[in-house]
Amino acid sequence: MTPSAVPEPARAAPSYLGGRTTVASWLGTSDHKRIALLYLFTITFFFMIGAAAAALMRWQLAVPTLDLVTSDTYNRLFTLHGVVMVWFFLIPSIPTVLGNFLLPLMIGARDVAFPKLNLASWYIFVCGGLLALYAIVVGGVDTGWTFYTPYSSTYSNGHVMLMAAGIFVAGFSSIATGLNFIVTVHKLRAPGLTWFRLPLLVWAIYATSIIMVLATPVLAITLLLMGLERVGGIGIFDPRIGGDPLLFQHLFWFYSHPAVYIMILPSMGVMSEIITTFSRKRIFGYPVMAFSILSIAGLGFLVWGHHMFVSSQSVYAGVVFSFLSFLVSVPSAIKVFNWIGTLYRGSITLATPLLYALGFLALFTIGGLTGIFLATLAVDVHLHDTYFVIAHFHFIMVGGGVMAYLGGIHYWWPKISGRMYPERWAAVAAVTIFVGFNLTFFPQYLLGYLGMPRRYMTYPAEFHTLNVVSSLGAVVLAVGYLLPLFYLPRSFFRGPRAGPNPWKATGLEWQTPSPPPPENFSETPVVTGPPYDYPPL
Amino acid sequence: MTPVRAICGWVSGWLPAASGVAPQVDGIFRELMIASIAVVVVLTVLTLCILVRFRHGSKASRAAVGIATWKIEALWITGTLVVFLLFFYQGARVFADMERIPPGLPEITVVGRQWMWDVRYADGRREFNVVHVQQDAPVRLVLSSEDVIHSFFVPAFRVKQDVVPGKIVSTWFDPTRTGTYSIFCAQYCGTAHAQMIGAVVVLSPRDYAAWVRRAAPALAGTAESRGRLIYLRYGCAECHEDPQGRRAPSLAGLYGTEVRPADAGIIRADEQYLHDAVLLAPKYRLPGYTRTMPTYSGIISPPDVTDLLAYLRSLRRPPAALSATP
Repeated sequence: MTPSAVPEPARAAPSYLGGRTTVASWLGTSDHKRIALLYLFTITFFFMIGAAAAALMRWQLAVPTLDLVTSDTYNRLFTLHGVVMVWFFLIPSIPTVLGNFLLPLMIGARDVAFPKLNLASWYIFVCGGLLALYAIVVGGVDTGWTFYTPYSSTYSNGHVMLMAAGIFVAGFSSIATGLNFIVTVHKLRAPGLTWFRLPLLVWAIYATSIIMVLATPVLAITLLLMGLERVGGIGIFDPRIGGDPLLFQHLFWFYSHPAVYIMILPSMGVMSEIITTFSRKRIFGYPVMAFSILSIAGLGFLVWGHHMFVSSQSVYAGVVFSFLSFLVSVPSAIKVFNWIGTLYRGSITLATPLLYALGFLALFTIGGLTGIFLATLAVDVHLHDTYFVIAHFHFIMVGGGVMAYLGGIHYWWPKISGRMYPERWAAVAAVTIFVGFNLTFFPQYLLGYLGMPRRYMTYPAEFHTLNVVSSLGAVVLAVGYLLPLFYLPRSFFRGPRAGPNPWKATGLEWQTPSPPPPENFSETPVVTGPPYDYPPL
Repeated sequence: MTPVRAICGWVSGWLPAASGVAPQVDGIFRELMIASIAVVVVLTVLTLCILVRFRHGSKASRAAVGIATWKIEALWITGTLVVFLLFFYQGARVFADMERIPPGLPEITVVGRQWMWDVRYADGRREFNVVHVQQDAPVRLVLSSEDVIHSFFVPAFRVKQDVVPGKIVSTWFDPTRTGTYSIFCAQYCGTAHAQMIGAVVVLSPRDYAAWVRRAAPALAGTAESRGRLIYLRYGCAECHEDPQGRRAPSLAGLYGTEVRPADAGIIRADEQYLHDAVLLAPKYRLPGYTRTMPTYSGIISPPDVTDLLAYLRSLRRPPAALSATP
């Protein structure tokens, strides 16, 4: 299945990249594919800002008591890193780039249900991003991305309101995108494409959209209440004026725990697409895979209290939240088993997207297992708010989420650009990222177990060695992340032509030219069989 | 196995298990480690074998597996669930032990403020960022905060408790090994969060007795006697010691009883109740009293509140006042 170069077509069919190419035509487009690329540029920009903050932090932490930055600057750096990476990179990453590009293509539609709303979502997102950037430029925020009260509402001297406004505005982009995708999946499926013939990425984006629509308003409410207290002095969270600090944590995590699933569910969808394509086999246990996505999305709303085991919430609440957290991890474990089951007796080609998928499998498994440690009440008392937690969620959100995002970008790159990426460079980058990631974050599990708390800019000398390893790993990781920034744009213009279906995959998106024409399909496809219907080997 | 032992020794040298509960937590942690390593090794080896054996173009059989998919799925789901529930049970069991504070422990008041731990002993001694305790003598810490949320974390004891403003929270530990162990503030609390570090010094009984003799009380009198002064200073007696008991109920013997404020059901008069009743009196109106108690929130400082509570708890019920339960 080595992708072979396809000769230049004699008369290039007009693709979504061709036609009018003025800046105005891009900024005014309602084509979901062009909007996807607008998001791609925007979130890559935010990723680089968040990564730069992380680089400075790892530099500061390479020595126990370094004075690279002041403590107030350090506190602003980790807040910036968290806010930018969570709300302006991870949450939009797969849904707005791959989701926007692929959802209509995968269900045989010409566009999303509300194309103009789709463009409006991007503008809202950019407005939110600019507000957040402005907050950073004029002095930053030092509350951490969690904005815990009463620190954020009363004590912090940063630009909390500006940053919160940025997140508040960007939330509406999430809600609009979620709504758009839900309606698209319900109303625009091609003839014959029944619910249980949907590719699993569509299921994943559908479930993610539901979480976006239901959970994001709670974040908006929470930030609004925090603002009312900070600006108006209305006692909601600060006990000195009659508020309750824990109320904020309940509201915040009621959004932010489901938000973790906004970040990881789409990558599970991408995983299923990549693994089936490169093992040339149907997914193992399709119904279980689809239902596990839905049950993770549902149960994800009921576990927020596991962020609060030592917050002085009731012991009984702790026990219930621990139990539900164990329950929500079952479907995730099942998905890992089913992906390996899909590889079994397949016909496997180790192309770059599969390398990323295997990386996901390893890192997500470790991240998931350490999540079990944290769900275990007595153990969480020790590990809570230490580097163990930092390592755990980076394994899930970066080891899982970003690996799948990059795997997906490479897998669909021929569809997006019409050209092949350089396989050797891409494989080198994937392996570099995997090695760098493990070097950076694995030592943080040990640091956390040994008791190093998070958000410390200086630390006792006994934590030095592991921090040095972590900082060196970050250098390797940075090299891995920089490589695609060079070879992907180059291949966009110079890569060999990919042809409509370089991977010989079964999805509808592969049955139209690469890059697709503006209307996606010259005639509406009709679906007659299950997804991933590869011929028997 | 030497490297493994070396690593284990290296790690445990850094993080001693110095409290009664630490070996229990470590026991679960070790089981989780073994189970996780087993899962990762098995899945990695399995995946690598599959990748090699079923590589594109290999001759390995691709015939369908003879077992129904749903049976395999059911096995995976049940197996995972059972193992998870075992860990849930163990974690919850030990957690319940940690949260159940043995009655009658000696108390140390710890007030968190940006960015220090203010430690006060019942007999008037006071220290900053250092807590002295005696080996094998469990203590209860009564924690409160003057500003933002802090978290009292002693890694060597496997103890962590958020210290939330507006609340009185308790935690406890049973120090089993002498030595000096770090206290970290684990909840981000602002500029100098990373410097909010202290130490618990666990002394042998003899050294502890010597330390008690050496350390002069920094505060006048015991927590109870200071609390009595605060009680008088803020005029509590004028209403609560009203001979007719018409202005406000007597507080003697109140601690630990059940009270029935209007609109709040039945509440046990524990520390949190007394704390809220002092600071946020309108929250708990008592039926039968026409006056509302003024709120002292922001007027009495948190350390004074804990002293006041120590005094209120010490008030025994006089035999004559048995019927004066609020």
